[in-house]
Amino acid sequence: MTQDKIKQKEKEKEKEDFQSSFETSYLKVGGRYKGLWGWIFSTDHKRIGILYLVSILTFFAVAVCIGLLMRLELIAPGPTIVNPDTYNAFFTLHGVIMIFLFIIPGIPATLGNFFLPLQIGAPDVAFPRLNLLSWWLFIIGAIIAISSLFTGGGAPDTGWTFYAPYSIRTGTNVTMAVFGAFVMGFSSILTGLNFIVTIHRMRAKGMGWFRMPLFVWGHYATAWIQVLATPILSITLLLVIVERLMNLGLFDPARGGDPLLYQHLFWIYSHPAVYVMILPAMGVISEIIPTFSSKNIFGYKAIAYSSLTIAFVGYLVWGHHMYTSGMSDTARWIFSLLTFLVAIPSGVKVFNWVATLYKGSIQMAPPMLFTFTFIFLFSIGGLTGLVNGALATDIHIHDTAFVVGHFHYVMFGGTGFALFAALLYWLPKMTGRMYNQKAIFRSWFFLFIGFNMLYFSMLVLGWLGMPRRYYDYLPRFHSLHLVSTIGSWILAVGLILFFATLLRSLKKGEPAGPNPWGGTTLEWQTSSPPPLENFHELPVVEHGPYNYDGGKNE
Amino acid sequence: MNMTTVVETLPHGHKDHIGARIGMWLFLFTEVLLFGGLFLLYSVYRSNFPEDFHYCAGNLDTLMGTVNTVILLTSSLTMVLAVANLERKNRKYASIFLLATMLFGLLFLVNKYIEWSAKIEHGLFPNSEILQQHTMGENVFYSLYYLMTGLHGLHIVIGIIILAVMFYQVARKPRRKIRLSSVNAKDINLTDQSGETLWTHRESEPVQTIEMALVYNRHEDVADRQLIKVENSGLYWHLVDVIWIFLFPLFYLIT
Repeated sequence: MTQDKIKQKEKEKEKEDFQSSFETSYLKVGGRYKGLWGWIFSTDHKRIGILYLVSILTFFAVAVCIGLLMRLELIAPGPTIVNPDTYNAFFTLHGVIMIFLFIIPGIPATLGNFFLPLQIGAPDVAFPRLNLLSWWLFIIGAIIAISSLFTGGGAPDTGWTFYAPYSIRTGTNVTMAVFGAFVMGFSSILTGLNFIVTIHRMRAKGMGWFRMPLFVWGHYATAWIQVLATPILSITLLLVIVERLMNLGLFDPARGGDPLLYQHLFWIYSHPAVYVMILPAMGVISEIIPTFSSKNIFGYKAIAYSSLTIAFVGYLVWGHHMYTSGMSDTARWIFSLLTFLVAIPSGVKVFNWVATLYKGSIQMAPPMLFTFTFIFLFSIGGLTGLVNGALATDIHIHDTAFVVGHFHYVMFGGTGFALFAALLYWLPKMTGRMYNQKAIFRSWFFLFIGFNMLYFSMLVLGWLGMPRRYYDYLPRFHSLHLVSTIGSWILAVGLILFFATLLRSLKKGEPAGPNPWGGTTLEWQTSSPPPLENFHELPVVEHGPYNYDGGKNE
Repeated sequence: MNMTTVVETLPHGHKDHIGARIGMWLFLFTEVLLFGGLFLLYSVYRSNFPEDFHYCAGNLDTLMGTVNTVILLTSSLTMVLAVANLERKNRKYASIFLLATMLFGLLFLVNKYIEWSAKIEHGLFPNSEILQQHTMGENVFYSLYYLMTGLHGLHIVIGIIILAVMFYQVARKPRRKIRLSSVNAKDINLTDQSGETLWTHRESEPVQTIEMALVYNRHEDVADRQLIKVENSGLYWHLVDVIWIFLFPLFYLIT
């Protein structure tokens, strides 16, 4: 009886605490405006993070639907549900939306925006108004890109890479789509710039560089790539627009131009962009593993430096997208060598994560389960990457479904699952409410099975010779395509279960408390959800970020 | 209870000038890389068509180019003088030099207009009938010429707009509205027009009357807040100048 009473009292107190911290939180206390305006014109980094999160998840849902339609088309040889031109538009849109609207801003602009200032003990980012501007640029760019579907010559059909000369000759509305991506590039640059200055200038008292959480290190490396690589994409896209409008012939061999230069310029940005997608994801993993092993991270400095190394080496490997485009042999083997170098810092990270688990007190909560899934799927993605990076094997599998499978393992199995893990880890902090953990385990089962059916079939198909971006195929590929399509449905069920569980928690979740997982980084030292300027009192840092041994080991 | 307090100098809010400067430099990096893509194209095509580039560069008006170079270099000087005057709180001269910088910028654009129209009149523009009869290299040269000087000109236009905004802010009479407020007569707040809190004070008993003496130099305070903005605009202007310093020899001098 008495125990029941005590429990009841504790519960009531929890609810009261939640109510009181909710009333003073950023969710209640906004800026100058009320209601929707209070969100879309807020300069609070937390509200902007949520704005980004809602926007990118919406775009994700759209691109998933297009992906499902593509898989449905490929369920059987010959025409199934759409004609070949629509199929071309499908894979272009799926790529453009997933890459520019979902996965590049996926972690940095959403959770990075929300947690980077919290983790370094700052009240906001360095330039709050610039932060709001970058969301607006993102949305305006997205609207322009999406309106390309309904205007001009219709949806672009070039693939997300907009390769010249086809992107310059096609009658579809490439100009609009490219201009949208151009505007979104500005948004990405401004976010990166803001993060660099924030990390340099806004760290709490006592937080030296090597006391920063690894999530922050991941974002620091990412921000530099965003600043130093995106302008190249901007100028490349601008050149496509100018070529389409004024027909200068700079990529047209008939008039002295060189289409290969387009590919170089495009990949000088777009390969580093791959690391914009994956480095923040690796940062998330480096946060979750120590928390759920109750152990300091193994090799803190090695992981921090490996982020910078990946960012640097990643800048020099763009040529591996062009092995079959007609480069000199010297260029090809140099690019291949540099590509293999990226495996070293990536390996450093994976081995350090696994070493952290050794003799840890492992708690298999949902974020940890998704983290393990990340390591497993990302390892498959990484190893198939080596097959692409080697000159001899790449000639065999270039432009096949193998490449499609590979980058879905890296991007979705890597960044996608890391984003899910991050949401599971931090959503209780963002909303103050805990989700139904059992339901998440159930959804994981569907996600994992569906994912591997969908994309492992692609790896095999590509190895057997199925080209990518093809509308039709030979009957001998049928059974694997069928497995892949069925996998896509299972994956979709998993996604619906996953997000339904999280959405349900927003209304019905139990109060999570300020530190539900026992994390030691600064974001767990403020109330959930955090107050308007993050901390009731700005923290002073006296030890490293992962403090499971009383600060003995920095 | 009566309360007397003197706020000697009002704080400038928590503006981080070093942070703003780092941010501007990062932005300038991105500008350099943006033009870097075009310089890359230039170097590749120059090595593909050395003779055509050589010949076409001879056709450009070196005198016009030189005059424009002098104009831009002088505008950088006036920009520096504007910043230096603002540092010394001399708002009048600062605004005069800002105006001069803008005028030099406009003069540059007028020259560019004359130069371009002369070229276009002679049928020297991409895809023109005359150029189509010439070699491929010449077509590429003029494509790059219009593209790179055009993008540079666009930056000059943006620069002039930024300087105009700065001129308006520096030349206008400095104003700063300050509001004294209290909800419960215990917590007293001073805020400025942007809603930024300048000072707060808490009393245990409700306050009846407040006497306040504000002692601070309006002109100096506002000049200080504007300095970083003008400095950053100046950095942008110098960058546009530097890019021209590379465009000028590449298109006009290497003949």
